[in-house]
Amino acid sequence: MAAVANLKDTTWLNMLIFAVFVAITLVIVLRASRNNRTAADYYAAGRSFTGGQNGTAIAGDYLSAASFLGITGAIAVNGYDGFLYSIGFLVAWLVALLLVAELLRNTGKFTMADVLSFRLKQRPVRIAAATSTLAVCFFYLLAQMAGAGSLISLLLGISDWGGQAVVITVVGALMILYVLLGGMKGTTWVQIIKAGLLIAGAFVMTIWVMAMHGFDLSALLGHAAETTGNPQLLNPGLQYGKTDASKLDFLSLALALVLGTAALPHVLMRFYTVPTAKEARRSVVWAIWLIGLFYLFTLVLGYGAAALIGAKTITAAPGGVNSAAPLLAFELGGPLLLGFISAVAFATILAVVAGLTITAAASFAHDIYSNVIAKGRTSALSEVKVARRTVVVIGIFAIVGGIFANGQNVAFLVALAFAVAASANLPTILYSLFWKRFTTQGAVWSMYGGLAAAVILIAFSPVVSGAKTSMIPGAHFAWFGLSNPGIVSIPLAFFLGWLGTVLDKNKESEVKQAEMEVRSLTGIGAEKAAHH
Amino acid sequence: MGKDAHITDADPAASVDFQEVQATGQFQELRRRHRSFVFPLAVAFLLWYFLYVLLADYAHDFMSIKVAGNITVGLLFGLLQFVSTFAITMWYVSYANRRLDPEATDIRTSIEGHEHDAKKVQR
Repeated sequence: MAAVANLKDTTWLNMLIFAVFVAITLVIVLRASRNNRTAADYYAAGRSFTGGQNGTAIAGDYLSAASFLGITGAIAVNGYDGFLYSIGFLVAWLVALLLVAELLRNTGKFTMADVLSFRLKQRPVRIAAATSTLAVCFFYLLAQMAGAGSLISLLLGISDWGGQAVVITVVGALMILYVLLGGMKGTTWVQIIKAGLLIAGAFVMTIWVMAMHGFDLSALLGHAAETTGNPQLLNPGLQYGKTDASKLDFLSLALALVLGTAALPHVLMRFYTVPTAKEARRSVVWAIWLIGLFYLFTLVLGYGAAALIGAKTITAAPGGVNSAAPLLAFELGGPLLLGFISAVAFATILAVVAGLTITAAASFAHDIYSNVIAKGRTSALSEVKVARRTVVVIGIFAIVGGIFANGQNVAFLVALAFAVAASANLPTILYSLFWKRFTTQGAVWSMYGGLAAAVILIAFSPVVSGAKTSMIPGAHFAWFGLSNPGIVSIPLAFFLGWLGTVLDKNKESEVKQAEMEVRSLTGIGAEKAAHH
Repeated sequence: MGKDAHITDADPAASVDFQEVQATGQFQELRRRHRSFVFPLAVAFLLWYFLYVLLADYAHDFMSIKVAGNITVGLLFGLLQFVSTFAITMWYVSYANRRLDPEATDIRTSIEGHEHDAKKVQR
């Protein structure tokens, strides 16, 4: 199709728009971070953001390349089955809103481990929580880097492995620079700007697609089915309906999506950038509205891409499924809209990667270095120094991982990160907030058990080997039939948390339990912090 | 978690007897209000979500019924998930503003006020 061929002619324009965006955001990051002095400044942006700002930043964090490129592509190619991603990703916010966000804001300081180890034994729980944080961030980073690879191969027409590797390296290096310079405050501002641009861009494209079909959703759906030549595009089952195993896989994916969000460390960390629990609530509400609207747009964009471009052309394009949104932008508004949309998508990846990296770095520096290795005998200054070094190390891991994960559907890869988060973190978060009897042994069993189950099942699933689309297509060690481990690993982690607790002879401190419960519900000590 | 648990170095709640606060009727009431709202609601929206997922997964014929033009039952169910998510969000916010926040603020100010008095005495 002409669209793909024409793309290469506009490479320079795309790069120019992208460069302008990077330059502007770098200036903002530098300005925002001028007074990053304390650890609270670096990790939690001095707790200075309002609910609205933080909610927009959360939306920015959450509407990653997975949402934009991945879901649009999934709907364009798999039709109705792709829609599940939108619904699962959105409904999951209710878990965060009702059960986690405010209580967590009231009990923690910088990281997820602060909450989990509040009334349990420091060392084992912190190490476990930091380990799972690093694992979840790694999976999420893989997805973002894969998205970067797809986008670049489409835009620059670079289809050789080495060329894409170079560009992923450049993106990774830029990301390291953002985080080093800006810390949480700079990162948050980048997220806010990017969320605004992304939602605005998607909105314009949605209106455009709808206008081309007389603002008649039914006509759009009809056109999509017609172009694709498959009326099944509008019905469930196109991707997951084939066998009993694939139906079970759909269920597993649904479970991971809805339970993953409230356990994502980089999302949880965002709740610390606001001064009060009420602002934390307000930020979730903002996030839910923005994210919900955006996912309604992606429904139109996905079917729009199916209608105007066609599933076959999309899957054949460099970048594969992930190229649906940029191709649609080119079809609609030519090189200019494509340049804008791909700059925004690039920025999305950059910003999300920055957010993930800072979370992983904070977790390592605060939980492992400061509280476990140095046992609290360290200054905030040296902790931030360690965090900055960790950023560089994680950046390098992300670049290498991204080079290998290149080419997979981004939404699908992110769903794996959700499964790992829901298995390793969610049971312990909920138990420690709501179950008085919960003990250290329960937490450690649940976190390591859930993490190990999820990671091992992924390693032996068709994602890694045994199928044409696997990361290592030649190898065959996939004895686990489902591509998402959630349906096994999440219940297992809940069970292990319960079992570890009832078998634990030690009782946890009732004083600490009382303190945690009172703090979490009333915000004592947490509320005034921002006013001093 | 020692000193680290506190949000600021000068924690106004550093020497509060939390077990005492936990045992007060006012706190028990706050806890009851919170849990009796969020738990049933969490169960309800998860059931509703999984009803949708199971229908989309196993009742393809039902979900493929066309209601109007190319709009299917499945699409409507999906969009209803958006509607219910927005509705629950607004409902919870209004409940929290009316029934949870005033109570929490009340408990917080009474403890923190008490603390400030205690510190003055020490000086």
